[in-house]
Amino acid sequence: MNPFQLASPTWMISPIILPLIAGLLCFLLNRRTFAIALAAAVANLLAVCFLTYQLLLFGPMRCHMGGWQPPLGITLRSDGPAVLMLLMTAVTGLAITVYARGYFSHRILNLRQATQHQEQQRYFWPLWMLLLAGLNGLFLSNDIFNLYVTLEIIAIAAASLAALSGKPASQLASFRYLLVSLLGSLTYLLGVVFLYRSCGILDLDILQHHVANGPGIRAALALMSIGLLLKTALVPLHFWLPPTHANALAPVSVILSGLVVKGSFYLLFRLWFEIFTQLITPSALNFMGTLGAVAILWGAVQAMRQHRLKLMVAYSTVSQLGYLFIAFPLSRIDESIQVWSIVIFMALGHACAKSALFMVAGAVFLHLGHDRIKDLNGVRASLPIPVFAYGIAGVSLMGLPPSAGFIGKWLLLTSSLTSSQWWWALVIITGSLLAMIYVFRVMSRFFVIPEDYSVTTSAPLSPLLEWPALIMALISLFLGLAASWPMKILATGNTALTQVFPGGLP
Amino acid sequence: MNWEQWLLPAILLSSFIPGIIIFALPEERHRLRTVLNLCGSILKIVLILVMDTGIYFGYNFEIRLSLIPGVELLLNGDPLSALFATLSSVLWLLTTVYAIGYLEGSPNRSHFFGYFSLCVTVTIGIALAGNLITFLLFYELLTLTTYPLIIHRGTEKSLRAGRNYLIYAFSGGAVFLFAVVALQTIIGPTDFTGAGFSPSFIDTHATALALIFILLIIGVGVKAALVPLHGWLPQAMVAPAPVSALLHAVAVVKAGAFGIIRIVLDVYGPQNLLLLGVLPLLAAVASITILYGSIRALQQDDLKRRLAFSTISQVSYIALGISLVDQPLAVIGGLVHLVHQGLMKITLFFCAGNLAETLGIHRISEMDGVARRMPFTMAAFSVGALGMIGIPPTVGFVSKWYLGLGGLAAGNWWVVLILAVSSLLNACYFLPILIRAWFGKQQGPWPDELYSGRFETRFMLLIPPLVTAFIVIAAGAVANAQISPLAWVRFIVRKYGL
Repeated sequence: MNPFQLASPTWMISPIILPLIAGLLCFLLNRRTFAIALAAAVANLLAVCFLTYQLLLFGPMRCHMGGWQPPLGITLRSDGPAVLMLLMTAVTGLAITVYARGYFSHRILNLRQATQHQEQQRYFWPLWMLLLAGLNGLFLSNDIFNLYVTLEIIAIAAASLAALSGKPASQLASFRYLLVSLLGSLTYLLGVVFLYRSCGILDLDILQHHVANGPGIRAALALMSIGLLLKTALVPLHFWLPPTHANALAPVSVILSGLVVKGSFYLLFRLWFEIFTQLITPSALNFMGTLGAVAILWGAVQAMRQHRLKLMVAYSTVSQLGYLFIAFPLSRIDESIQVWSIVIFMALGHACAKSALFMVAGAVFLHLGHDRIKDLNGVRASLPIPVFAYGIAGVSLMGLPPSAGFIGKWLLLTSSLTSSQWWWALVIITGSLLAMIYVFRVMSRFFVIPEDYSVTTSAPLSPLLEWPALIMALISLFLGLAASWPMKILATGNTALTQVFPGGLP
Repeated sequence: MNWEQWLLPAILLSSFIPGIIIFALPEERHRLRTVLNLCGSILKIVLILVMDTGIYFGYNFEIRLSLIPGVELLLNGDPLSALFATLSSVLWLLTTVYAIGYLEGSPNRSHFFGYFSLCVTVTIGIALAGNLITFLLFYELLTLTTYPLIIHRGTEKSLRAGRNYLIYAFSGGAVFLFAVVALQTIIGPTDFTGAGFSPSFIDTHATALALIFILLIIGVGVKAALVPLHGWLPQAMVAPAPVSALLHAVAVVKAGAFGIIRIVLDVYGPQNLLLLGVLPLLAAVASITILYGSIRALQQDDLKRRLAFSTISQVSYIALGISLVDQPLAVIGGLVHLVHQGLMKITLFFCAGNLAETLGIHRISEMDGVARRMPFTMAAFSVGALGMIGIPPTVGFVSKWYLGLGGLAAGNWWVVLILAVSSLLNACYFLPILIRAWFGKQQGPWPDELYSGRFETRFMLLIPPLVTAFIVIAAGAVANAQISPLAWVRFIVRKYGL
C-alpha cells in the first residue's frame, strides 16, 4: 500500500510526529523557537483537519505501526471522538502557542528579570511540544500499554511546565502535581499489569471482545480508573489542581486546564463505555455521577469564595469537570450513545472557554501586576477586548445558549428527565446558577468606574495576548450554532448513533 | 433560498452589525456613531414594515437552523411577532434619538450604544422566535445585553441593582430552561403553531403539564415583574433614563409579557389550558400584581420609582387579559395593552428623564410649578398619565374598555372591579403629580438646573416624548381605523380563531 495515498492510515502518525520533531528542534537549536513551534502547531492543525476529512470520507481507520498486526504490533485508531478531541487540542494548541509568544515577549520586554524569563521561554517551547505530542498520542492510541506511555509523557511534561514559574508556591504545587501524576500513572500501570495477567491482550479492539467478568479484570478496571480519576481531579481527588493551575505561568495554566485534564478523562471514558461496558454496574455509574454532582457544587462554591482571579478560574475547572461525570449515570437508558455527544460538547466547550478565561486572567495579571478580585476595578476601560472575551467565555461556562456548554447541558437535562432521574437536572441547573454568581462577581468588578479614575500608565498589551482569548471565547460561544458538525463527525462510522437519530443526521 | 427567508435574519442584522461596528469605534467618533445608530434603526423599521405587509397578505416568513436532533432554531414571522417587533423597533428609534441627546458628553458612549443595539437585536429575536428554544436563546441573551446597560454608571449602587437583576433574571431563565426541557420530553419538539399540543397528552400527563405551565410562567414572570418576582425592577431605576425606557417599554418587561402570551396561545393553546384549569391561577397572580403595584406606587416619592411600580401594575393587565383566554374581547384588551402600555410608559420615562437632566428633579415633592418651566414636557407627561388612568380618547382607555367588556362577557364581575380599583389608584398616584406640576407654585430654585437655552430642554430630548404622546392620543382616537394597533390585534385574534 502506498503510504501517501489519500486513504492511507499512515497519515495518522503526523499529529504525534510533527510536535515531537518540533520539540526536539526547539531544544537543540534554541533559536527561532517560536517560529518552529508555530509551524508545528499550524501543521498539526492542518494534519488533524486532514484526518477529519479522511474520517468523513472513509470512516474510522486503524494504522498498524511498522506493518505489525495486533496483538504483536501497536495500533493507532482514528474515529469520531478521537478526531474531535484532536481538533480541540489542535485549535486550542494554536491559540496557546500564539498567546505564549505574546506572554513571554511582554515579560521579557517589560520586567526587570529578563534573563529569567528568557530562560523560562527556552524550556517552555520544547516541553509544550512534547506535551502536545503526548496528548495527540493519547487520543490516537489503541493499545493499553502505549496509552500508559503517553500518560507518562504528559505527566512529566506537564509537571515540568508547571514548575517553570519558579516561585516557591508554584515549586511546591508543581512538585505535588508531579507526585500525584506519577502516582496516577503507576496505579494505571498496575491495572494494566493485572489486565495483561488475566487476558494477555493489550490491543483495545481485541480486548473489547475478550473481556470476561472476573476478579482480575475487575481489579484492573478499578486500578486504572482510580489512576485516571486522580489525574482528572474529580472531587475528592481534586486537591492538587487549584494550586497547580493557579500558580503556573499563564500559558501553562491554559494548557493544564484546557487540555491536560481532558486527556485522562477521555481515556477513562473510553475504557468505561467502550471496552469494559459489561463490567460496569449501575451503582458504579451512580457513584461516579454523585461524585460529579459533588464536584459541580463544591467547585462552584469554592470558586465563589476565592480572592484571586486565577484561583477562581481553577476552581471553576473542578466544577466543570463534574459535568463530564454526571453524564455517567445518564448513559444507562441510552446505552452510551447520547452520552458521547454530551461529553464531547461539554469537553469542547470547556476547553475553549477555560482557555479563554486563563488567557484573560494572564493578561489582567500582566496589566495590573496582581489578580486580586477586589482590586480589579475599571479594567474594562483599559482592557476592553480581554474583558469582552471574559464575558463571552463566562456565558459559555454558565451554559447559556448558543454555546457548546448549552448543547451539552441541554442533552444532560433531556437524558436526566427522560430517564426520570430529575435530581441530576436539579444539580445541573444549580451548578449553572452558581457559575453565574462566580463569573459575574468578577465581571461586575471590571465594570466599576473607580473614583480616582485616571488613564493607566503601564505598557499596552500586545494583540497576541488579547486576540487568542477573544477567538477562543467566540469559538466556545458559537460552537453551539455549528453543533451539527461535531455531531456529524461523532456519528461517522458509529452505527449505533445513526440508529438513534433515524432519518439521517443534520 | 428566497427573500421571505432572508428578511428575518436581515431584520436582526440591521441592528447587530451597527452594534458591532459601534463597539469598535473610538469614543470620539460621535457623528459616525449617530449616523450608524439612526440608519440602523430606520432600516430596521422599514424591513419590519415590509414583513408586516407581507404577513397581512399571507406570506410565510420562516428560517430554520437545526443544531442537534431535537434542538432547532426557528425564526418565524407571524402576526403576533409582527406586533411586538413593530412596537420595539419604532420605540427603539425614538429611544435612540433620546439617548443620543441624553448622553451628550458623557463617557463610555460607544460601549453604551453598542450594547443598546445588541439589546434591540435580541428583543426583535424574542419577537421572531418560532419555538421555545429560540425564545429561550434570546431571552437569556436579553439578560446579558441589558446588564451592562443597567450598571452603565459604574457606581456601587448600580452594581447592586445589576447583581439583583442578574440573580432574578438568571434564576428565572434556569426555571424556564428546566420547564422547556421537561415539556419537550413530554410533547416533543414543537413550533409556535397557534394551536398548542394535542389534547391527548392531557389525558396522560395532566399534572406534569400543569406544573410545567406554572414553571414556564415563573420563568417569564420574572421579566414581566409578576409579584412576587418583581423585586429587581424598582432597583434597576438607577440606570440612565433611556435604559429605563428600554427596560419598561421596549424590551425586558415586554419580553416577559410577550412570553406569557406565547406560552398561553401557542405552546399550550387555549383549549388545553381550559382543560388543565390553571388559568385562574394566572388571573389571580395578575390581579394581585395589578393592585400591589398600584398601592406601592402610591407610597413612592421618587418619580422613577413610582413609575416603576406603575409598570409592575400595568404590565399585568396583559397577563390578566390573556388569562381570560376564552373571551376574545379580553384577549384583545390584553394584547393591545402590550403596545399601549409601551407607548404611554415610554412617554412618562422620557419626561422623567427630561426633568432630571434639565432641572435635576428626581422627587415628586420637587415638582411644584414645573409645568410653567417645561410646558411641552409636562404636556406629554400629562397625556401619558391620563392614558394610564384610562381617560378617553387615549389608548389606555381602549385597553381597559376591551378588558372590561371581556370580563363582563364571561360574567366575571371581579375583572371590572379590579379595573375600577386599579384605575382609581392610578388616578390617586398620577393626578397629584399633574396638579402639583400645573397648578403648584415653584418652591425656591430648581434642585440642579443644568440647561438654559432656546427651548425648555435639549431638542433631542424634547422630540421623542412629544412624538410618543401624540401617538398615545392618535392611536386611541383612530383605534377603529384600518391601520391601528387595535386593528392589528383583531387580525391576530382572528388568526388564532378565538
